[in-house]
Amino acid sequence: MKKLAIGLYAVVTIALMIWGFYQAMYVAPDDALQGYIFRIIYYHVPSASVAFLFFAVSLLGSIGYLAFRRSNDNRAQIADAWALAGAEVGVIFCTVVLLTGPIWGRRAWGIWWTWDARLTTTLVLWLIYVSYLLLRRFAAGPQMQTLAAVLGIFGALDVPIVYMSNRWWRTQHPAPVFGGDSGSGMKDPTMLAAFGWNMLAWFAWGIFVLILRFSVERKHQQYAEEEAEEALAANI
Amino acid sequence: MTSALWTHLIKDLRIEWRSKDAINSMLFFALLVVVLFSISFDPRGAFARDIAGGVLCVATMFASVSALNQAWAREIRHQVLDAQRMAPTPGAELFLAKVIANFLFVTIVQIALAPIFLVMYNLNVQGQAWQLALVLPLGTWALVANGTFFAALAIRSRNRELLLPLILFPIFLPALLAMVVATKSILTGDSDPSLWIKLLLGYDIIFTTVSLLLFDVIFHAE
Repeated sequence: MKKLAIGLYAVVTIALMIWGFYQAMYVAPDDALQGYIFRIIYYHVPSASVAFLFFAVSLLGSIGYLAFRRSNDNRAQIADAWALAGAEVGVIFCTVVLLTGPIWGRRAWGIWWTWDARLTTTLVLWLIYVSYLLLRRFAAGPQMQTLAAVLGIFGALDVPIVYMSNRWWRTQHPAPVFGGDSGSGMKDPTMLAAFGWNMLAWFAWGIFVLILRFSVERKHQQYAEEEAEEALAANI
Repeated sequence: MTSALWTHLIKDLRIEWRSKDAINSMLFFALLVVVLFSISFDPRGAFARDIAGGVLCVATMFASVSALNQAWAREIRHQVLDAQRMAPTPGAELFLAKVIANFLFVTIVQIALAPIFLVMYNLNVQGQAWQLALVLPLGTWALVANGTFFAALAIRSRNRELLLPLILFPIFLPALLAMVVATKSILTGDSDPSLWIKLLLGYDIIFTTVSLLLFDVIFHAE
């Protein structure tokens, strides 16, 4: 039953992605100013949203681990698995953002990269979570989980400061498409529809990968625990 | 309550006074970085003023990493770290003592480096020089507070000496940016650095508070 549900969810996700691709590439019209290249927004923005959501998941997991690590070991382990899965899958989506951005920038701005507020913030965010994953590789055992949780909280605290500092520094990234000024934003309903479908598809896909990674980590924890118990029993 | 802090602080200062390991190695390292940058970028005239702030901050940053690694590695010998862990005083006091000690060392290095720096880069400060006395200590505090915290964190892992810069630099980036931009605007006198000084102050307050709160968690992590 569980396998059937997972399979069904995967099929729906893939169907959504195909539908989203069709909407983005064939149905939605070209942008009045940017032309064809603007269609990358249908992948760039959903990936960024998914990445930020998963970093938030990772932060909650870190806080949860610190909160439960003395009182409820099982919950602490679950929280730690969420923290790891969020950071890892978030880094992947953040990488997609950092790759699609320059492709668009090359056409729209004429340059691959610029040290602008949002670009720099995203890059620093990526660096912070890569360093988080590095720490998880370098340290071992339960103390690693505590150290990683602390670093996760530090990293999340840093993000708003990085963003503010870069905004004061320089800004070139386009103003928000949604919730921006009255002059900006998507007006064409087919564009909006394509954007909505892609948002949905990428969130469905992201959550699918996240849950897979989470369950792999849970299995990993269970094996580690069983191994530890076997080693203890062998010693007795 | 503060007696533990004093004990740790005086111990660290005394060790440094007798060995002068941290200050000497930092000073030489920072000097090397300054020379390396000068050779790489050929600083002359207005260009020197533009990059001098950045070079000074980056030199301090690289130099302090070597000292910060030693700050905790020194305690591993003779199981001093375990003794400190068992001591019935809050870890925050130990942490704060280490931060203050390292802050003093890095400040001494900066003060010693400043005249060499002014000469080698042919600098004359165009803005208000007294603001440097705000920017540099605030930036140094941000570096040392986070650095001491992450050094204590990295000491619990394999290849600890490698790990510290890897986790410190990404978190320190906004403070570095504020420090560099503020120093540059003071040296060139082009713009007002007060916004960046406020950012540094905010960064210091936030991260020092969080470090003090979470230090016991990483210090007793097992």
